[in-house]
Amino acid sequence: MVSDSYAIILLMILLDRVTKTYNKNLGSALDRISLHVEPKEFVIVVGQSGAGKSTLLKLLTREERPSSGKIIVGGIDYDKLPDKNIPLLRRKIGVVFQDFKLLPNRTVFENVAFALEIVGVSQKEINNTVPRVLDIVNLKDKASRMPRELSGGERQRVAIARAIVRQPKILIADEPTGNLDPKHAWDVIAVLEKINRYGTTVLLTTHNQDIVNKLKRRVITIKQGKIDSDRANASYNEKRPVPEARVRN
Amino acid sequence: MGRRTTTFGRIVRTGMLNFVRNAWLAVAAMAIMIITLTIILFSLIVNATFRNTVDQITDKINISIYLKDTVSEAQAKTFVDDLRALPSVEKVSYLDKAAALRAYMKQNVGNESLLKAINETDNPLPATIQVKPRDLNQLGQIRSFIEKPDNKKLQSDPASDNGDRREAIDKITHATNIMRRAGVVAVAVFATISVLIIFNTIQMAIFNRRDELQIMRLLGASTWYIRGPFVIEAIIYGILSAIISILLINALFITASNSLQATSLGILDISYSQQYFRNHFWWLLVIQLALGILIGAASSIIATRRYLKFKTPKK
Repeated sequence: MVSDSYAIILLMILLDRVTKTYNKNLGSALDRISLHVEPKEFVIVVGQSGAGKSTLLKLLTREERPSSGKIIVGGIDYDKLPDKNIPLLRRKIGVVFQDFKLLPNRTVFENVAFALEIVGVSQKEINNTVPRVLDIVNLKDKASRMPRELSGGERQRVAIARAIVRQPKILIADEPTGNLDPKHAWDVIAVLEKINRYGTTVLLTTHNQDIVNKLKRRVITIKQGKIDSDRANASYNEKRPVPEARVRN
Repeated sequence: MGRRTTTFGRIVRTGMLNFVRNAWLAVAAMAIMIITLTIILFSLIVNATFRNTVDQITDKINISIYLKDTVSEAQAKTFVDDLRALPSVEKVSYLDKAAALRAYMKQNVGNESLLKAINETDNPLPATIQVKPRDLNQLGQIRSFIEKPDNKKLQSDPASDNGDRREAIDKITHATNIMRRAGVVAVAVFATISVLIIFNTIQMAIFNRRDELQIMRLLGASTWYIRGPFVIEAIIYGILSAIISILLINALFITASNSLQATSLGILDISYSQQYFRNHFWWLLVIQLALGILIGAASSIIATRRYLKFKTPKK
């Protein structure tokens, strides 16, 4: 089903029968997962803790290698990617984490600039680009604040700004609202939708059933390392609850 | 400015900033590096000094062979040529009776009664062959050649050499060898310790900043972008240690000559050491800097290597 190379080029993310086993005695974290994501799609991945969501994202960012199966992201075949080129891959993927992962001793501006610094962008270009990106996430007036002076939602928007400042084709958001109250969670989601409208493929994992239902996007449910369902314009109702999603501590 | 230059500038700036932040951690690393470099520097100078002393003494050594008056010019010439052919001989000079007399009188200018006595007699001095050896350890070859019966019978008196200097030379050679061996051992030990301590210091710095490094990794920073500042930091240790060690040695010489009021310490010719240090200052500084940079760079590269590896096992 993946023989058509034309299709591979058109796809943003392609996973073909990907299995990841950390420890043979514990079974597989991911078990022959196959999925396609097209450019500019907004995909939500749901599933209970331990279902394999994090493993899936770590495979995409090449923090982990699959035990078997094929991964191609943005035309890059991970099997053919030498270690020394992993940084190049990561520069093409924007990642947002549940715990923000901001540098605590740098200002908002510097945190966003950091993503550009490490790839050798000139200071002049940084001074041009960063304010524009902070504008997108509505933080232009907080550029000189330190992360500790911001609310959780604001911090997450800084992290998003940092993830998109290099204009990646894909933005992976790993439970970006996990630590946020509903109002701030929606601020973050609104920014993700905005970025998606600009043309970035977004892959979002979340536990928040409310968000999933209101976004009405493609939803992939992972259960015990397998894809349980993959439906467009999905919403959850009484017949298809995700009860696991609520018991997360 | 190109991307490479921009990136290199950032790496250097971060490295210097880290050095300032890490200053206290760096003290231990630098102290041990200073000791290492000082020992190396000291042994270099002492070695050069001993070599100079040995050279000086060697220069003064020669063997004199006294010929019977019956030996013809031709016989003497053959003897001289044979001696020149020996590999351990550096120089041979021949003084006939008249020349030997002139040399002797020149040596004893001022000793009127002796000169007078000599003038009153027929020239009592034998024709003399002076042999300068190439290497002190090969005096034996020359001596046995001189003692060969064919050669022996040409001589009026036993050949003499200023052998009393041999003892001094042996002493110095012995000291040089011990110094060299002890120096190598000390340098090896301290260099190892300083590599380990710098290694530790860098690992601690990495541990302190592991979150930042993880973020850098996830954002796609290249290995050298992350490693660079640590290497720069360790290189700064090396440069500072080199400078401090050379200042220490300088102070040591000043104190030594001031407080001892002496030009030599035992068999160590301090005044020559001082002169050598002054004449070769820049060269020694370059050596120290090169070693400091090498030790710093090597240990920091090793320290960061394990940490910066990507997860590669496939299964």
